[in-house]
Amino acid sequence: MGLNQYLILSAFLFCCGVYGVLARRNAVLVLLSVELMLNAVNINLVAFSAFTKQIAGQVFALFVITIAAAEVGVGLAIVLLIYRNLHSPDLDRVDQLKG
Amino acid sequence: MLRNAWIIPLLPALGFVVVLLFGKRLPRKGAEVAVASVGASFVLACIVLVQWVQRVEDAPAHGALRGFGRALLPTQEGGVAAVDRSFTWWENGRVNFGVGIHVDGLAVMMLFMVTLVSLLVHVYSTKYMEGDRRFTHYFALLNLFTASMLLLVVSDNTIQLLVGWELVGLCSFVLIGHWWEEKPNADAAVKAFLTTRTGDVGLMIGIIILFFAAGTFDIAAINGEVLGGDISHTLLVVAASGLLIGIIGKSGQFPLHTWLPDAMAGPTPVSALIHAATMVVAGVYLGARLYPVFFSGFSIGDGGLNAMAIIGGVTIFVGAVLAFVQRDIKKVLAYSTISQLGYMVMALGIGAWVAAIFHLFTHAFFKALLFLGAGSVSHSGSHHSFDMRDDMGGLRKYMPITFVTFVIGSLALAGIFPLAGFWSKDEILVTAGRTGFDFFLYVGLIGAFLTAAYMTRCVYLTFFGEYRGHGEPHESPPAITVPLVVLAGFSVLAGFTNAGALGIEKFKDWFEAGVALPPLQHADFEVVKAVVSVSFAAIGIGIAAFFWFQREELNPLRGLTRRNPYAGAGYRLLQNKFYLDDLYEKVIVGGIKGPVARGTYWFDQHVIDGAVNGVARVTARLARVAYDVVDQKVVDGAVNGIAETAGETGGLLRYVQSGRVQRYALTLFAAVAALSLALWIVY
Repeated sequence: MGLNQYLILSAFLFCCGVYGVLARRNAVLVLLSVELMLNAVNINLVAFSAFTKQIAGQVFALFVITIAAAEVGVGLAIVLLIYRNLHSPDLDRVDQLKG
Repeated sequence: MLRNAWIIPLLPALGFVVVLLFGKRLPRKGAEVAVASVGASFVLACIVLVQWVQRVEDAPAHGALRGFGRALLPTQEGGVAAVDRSFTWWENGRVNFGVGIHVDGLAVMMLFMVTLVSLLVHVYSTKYMEGDRRFTHYFALLNLFTASMLLLVVSDNTIQLLVGWELVGLCSFVLIGHWWEEKPNADAAVKAFLTTRTGDVGLMIGIIILFFAAGTFDIAAINGEVLGGDISHTLLVVAASGLLIGIIGKSGQFPLHTWLPDAMAGPTPVSALIHAATMVVAGVYLGARLYPVFFSGFSIGDGGLNAMAIIGGVTIFVGAVLAFVQRDIKKVLAYSTISQLGYMVMALGIGAWVAAIFHLFTHAFFKALLFLGAGSVSHSGSHHSFDMRDDMGGLRKYMPITFVTFVIGSLALAGIFPLAGFWSKDEILVTAGRTGFDFFLYVGLIGAFLTAAYMTRCVYLTFFGEYRGHGEPHESPPAITVPLVVLAGFSVLAGFTNAGALGIEKFKDWFEAGVALPPLQHADFEVVKAVVSVSFAAIGIGIAAFFWFQREELNPLRGLTRRNPYAGAGYRLLQNKFYLDDLYEKVIVGGIKGPVARGTYWFDQHVIDGAVNGVARVTARLARVAYDVVDQKVVDGAVNGIAETAGETGGLLRYVQSGRVQRYALTLFAAVAALSLALWIVY
């Protein structure tokens, strides 16, 4: 297996993530899509690390996973508050900052 | 001590501050501080006197130091230089305003005389003013009065002299109006203040002219330049005339003498101080201090008539005549002071400088004595009245010390041999005969005659006959009699300092030294004139005694004013003080109050107010234009324009701000995609 297969998979996952982030209205699913994008990046990092025989890429991937966990913690807390206040996870209704 | 003579005025000035601030809390209400400060000044003045006398006596004989340069300003007496000390107060351009002392014979004499009389007046006042409601205030001002006069005496420049001069005037104003609750007293104070102020205008003019003529305010320098002939005669005439007006106002000379009798409204010790030591002699002192100006300005050396001598001569006569019709003992003395000041000014006017200040010196003692004696009479004899006809008479039995001292003072004033007044008056008369002023010799003799007569009347009404008052007359306490005795002693002895007949001329030697004087003629004692002047005085006493001591029915002169219309008219003229007060109050003041005041009011209303209102109207119109155009249109337009621009821009931008996160994210990704595409194409 060459590098390209990994990169294609990663690009596919990233595009799925972007689509989710831009198109889904449910806040939880948007968060999940963000996770998809992050993991697409992780695949890229690990793949390049293996391809170039440099360990730094895998270390970065570990950092990304850790940060992603923290991010999900904060993100879910925000979603929870949105739900409590609006009684709905619909992101289209979160437009109080409209100019 | 001569170099530190500035301490002498400083002490009473400090006393003034201390008494004013803390006097009421002190056990004797501040009187002790006041007396102590003047007492200390007196001691210092005595030291100055002794040192000066030593300096004069030790000096080399006549003229030995002459020509040692201008700094010494050698007088014709030789080389005793005045002590000068000054520092710059402030400087403006090349004009130097200094503060300093100039101690010469004249100043030393005045320092001694002023502090002595003032000390006695202070002591006297502790008893006389006891229980007064403004006791502390009174002593504070008495101190300031003394300090101001001493400042005037030691000053070395005309500005400082003017400061002292005005302070003296201010203090006399406040002290004359000491009992201001009664309207006449307050009026008298205002009259004194305004009348002397009239004269002060002349003084200011004189000082200013002398400054521009000599280029300096320094008195010694001015005198030096005048003596050196550096100043044109015309300027000197104007300057001397201005200064003479100042003297007329301050020293109660005709025609501005009217304030002096009214000044009797003040407490009696104040009258003594005003008349003997501090206020009125300031004018004569000015004349003596700037004598070269007068001498050259009025051409005194040439003999003949001049303004100064005429004013003095007229004043002698006016004062003496008016003294006859007064019922108030203090007013008799006041007119007597006017008359005696006339002698001094006349003496200056006829070139008898030494005689003038000698008379000033002796007069201070016997006039202070007479005033304090009158105060003693009112304090203990007549129940606080000064009316000789209704409340006095026969007091010699009850008040022996006051009686004896008063008689000594009267005799000294009348110029009876060998009391002080004899020597000084005689010196004036002799000099008048010598310097070609024969006319004024006769004026002086008539004055001596009148003086003796009115003092006889005064003594008779007060001390002889039956007691006409309602109180219980008794002798005054020691605080009052001791100053009387001291002054009586000086009234007897002071004349012997310059007794020409005995060959003593110490007064001239001591107090002429260091003074810059023009060449003066010195008069030697003349037996004939002395005899004539004493006999004039004796005749005066005799006629007055005949008139007053005779029993009513035997006296042909009694009731003359009722029987004879001319005598009656003369009496009324005197009663109304030659109508001078009427002239001032009705014609001058009334004239100003009437048409002049109305004219000024019209001018004020129409011209000045018109101008002011016009300026205001123009300003308001300009302001309206500025408001409409500049403020409303330019400034507000700019501010509002900026705000509107910002608002419109914001209104356009608000559509971008949808509040939807996903729309932002879409923009973000689209931008990233576009940038990536662009970069790919470029590379």
